[in-house]
Amino acid sequence: MQYAISILLSGISLGGQYALIAIGYTMVYGILRLINFAHGDVFMVAGLMMVYLSAALPLGLALPLVLLLTVLLGFLIERAAYKPLRTAPRMSVMISAIGVSYLLQNLATYATGGLPQMYPEIPGLSATVTIAGTSVKWATVVTPFLVVALVIALTQLINHTKTGMAMRAVAKDFETAQLIGIRLNAVISVTFVIGSFLAGIGSMLYFTNYQSVVPLSGALPGLRAFVAAVFGGIGSVPGAVVGAFIIGLSESVIKGSNWSVFSDAFTFALLIVILVVKPTGLFGEKVTDKV
Amino acid sequence: MKRESKSGAWMVLLGAAALLVLVTALENTLNPTSNIMLFMALQKGAVYALVAVSMNLLNGFTGLFSLGQAGFMLLGAYTYAILTMPVENREAVYYIYNGCAVNFSLPELLGGGPVGLVLGVVIALILGGCAAAAVAWLIGLPVLRLKSDYLAIATLGFGEIIRAIFQWDKLGPVTNGANALKSFPTFSSFNIPGGLRLSTFMAFLLAGICIAVIVLLINSTYGRAFKAIRDDEVAAEAMGIHLAKHKRLAFCISSFFAGVGGGMFVMFANQAQAKTFTTAMTYEILLIVVIGGIGSVSGSCIAAFLYVAASEWWLRFLDTEIILSNGFKVPFLRTGFRMVVFSIIIMIVVLFFRRGIMGDKELPDLLRPRRKEGAGK
Repeated sequence: MQYAISILLSGISLGGQYALIAIGYTMVYGILRLINFAHGDVFMVAGLMMVYLSAALPLGLALPLVLLLTVLLGFLIERAAYKPLRTAPRMSVMISAIGVSYLLQNLATYATGGLPQMYPEIPGLSATVTIAGTSVKWATVVTPFLVVALVIALTQLINHTKTGMAMRAVAKDFETAQLIGIRLNAVISVTFVIGSFLAGIGSMLYFTNYQSVVPLSGALPGLRAFVAAVFGGIGSVPGAVVGAFIIGLSESVIKGSNWSVFSDAFTFALLIVILVVKPTGLFGEKVTDKV
Repeated sequence: MKRESKSGAWMVLLGAAALLVLVTALENTLNPTSNIMLFMALQKGAVYALVAVSMNLLNGFTGLFSLGQAGFMLLGAYTYAILTMPVENREAVYYIYNGCAVNFSLPELLGGGPVGLVLGVVIALILGGCAAAAVAWLIGLPVLRLKSDYLAIATLGFGEIIRAIFQWDKLGPVTNGANALKSFPTFSSFNIPGGLRLSTFMAFLLAGICIAVIVLLINSTYGRAFKAIRDDEVAAEAMGIHLAKHKRLAFCISSFFAGVGGGMFVMFANQAQAKTFTTAMTYEILLIVVIGGIGSVSGSCIAAFLYVAASEWWLRFLDTEIILSNGFKVPFLRTGFRMVVFSIIIMIVVLFFRRGIMGDKELPDLLRPRRKEGAGK
């Protein structure tokens, strides 16, 4: 029982952390039709920045600064690597994303010398608490609530503000949106800013639980979060969150069983099943191809 | 028109033969220990050229964006390693699992000696390719119905699943779990002791034959059907091309050669371990295809050699600290800087030279004098 609860708790918190990354994927895909492979690495860089900044600055200053720099990074990546390819075929943009991911990983290896970095303790999040006999970190408990709060805020933003309306319009039809006077680049930048901000928060929660940051620690969470986004129906924020919780829970259950080698394999098997059975995901809209 | 393509084919064949002679000459005149980087780059470049061309067949010529290449290479690599490892070495390699479940080795079954070695290696490579193609056929049944990005992510997922299966310790007696497979015939096994050194020659010969087969395929009616599918699926279907059949064919053939490439990769690397065949490897190959030009076989080959040489050899000096004679320490140089510079170069290519080195042209196209507009009609 105790074991089951601990697995459930870690699954939910993992799901929440994936959800924060998955939103970044799903929003970017919804607008640009681009799998932003660099997103997982932005998440990793946010973790590394926290390691370095918290060593130099008081935590109260380091936390907001990390979020600010992560947002800036996301913004710069879009401007430097994706904007010049706006008219290029989709495959070039995807390859550019892979290139950025490669660059960020190599920069991180250069900066850290390839050694794992210890994530600093964040007071409040790193403290442990006992729930039904299992001791967990506050980060685990806080995650689902924080995720729900952020998602509600985000859906409000998307559904009830002018920027949100512009984002929906661009997601629906790129060219028409431009014709009716929506500033495309501004909308895309906002999307990347929001995605990176959430990835920054996600990295704080994730690395508080896992503690060490290596240059590759963004790759797998990034892929899993992307799977979650596809699972929930890419382009849909609630879909990404639901998908992320399902992926997080199943990963945690499998990691706790004898089949732990297959945790990622299961995630991908799930993805393939959903793609074959319902290619648009759980909440995705049906698209028809025009000839 | 016919005549021209024939003379082109002769030119390519002659060029390939000249290249082989050149490589053999280099290998037997230069000192192998002091020029180790050159030969390493040449061998790895040949392997990567083959894998890149096989990926190009799928991504560039059929328009199926697949990211499962590393998974298929892994299948070929393990098949090759398991089938060719000498029986007496198996006890030592599989010491955790008390010996291997597969207790024969193709080179020995075929009588050993040089003939057995060559035959055994070639058959094992082909079987490795067949294993990859068979798995690709199975995977293709559900996956090939997906479009662009979804296909990419699903094949990526399959690559990861294959890797997980090979690392599973229940399969340990066959795959040696997460441990490396070692002491099977490698490229250097083809060096005749005291005679000709043929390791790099072998790499070039095998890769060359495979690439030639792919080129022949691309120029056949099947190849034209693939290109039609790439350019417009709906129009191709309307022209009577069986979409599912041709897509499956392209997927299986590409995987076959990826499998052969995987076998050659472990011949180069001297050991086979599942953890080397990650998504990062697929990305590397994809970058080679892009740098060479999507839809150009010769571009992929040139890019493979440039990529391998730049990343492993030419930029190597960036990894060590250099202190000039007046005591000035050159800034930034330390372990890892090489890859940073390298990835910046790649980003520059991706952003500013979008068509890659060759675009969708081939090497003979560039050598041939340009015809006047309309003269070909």
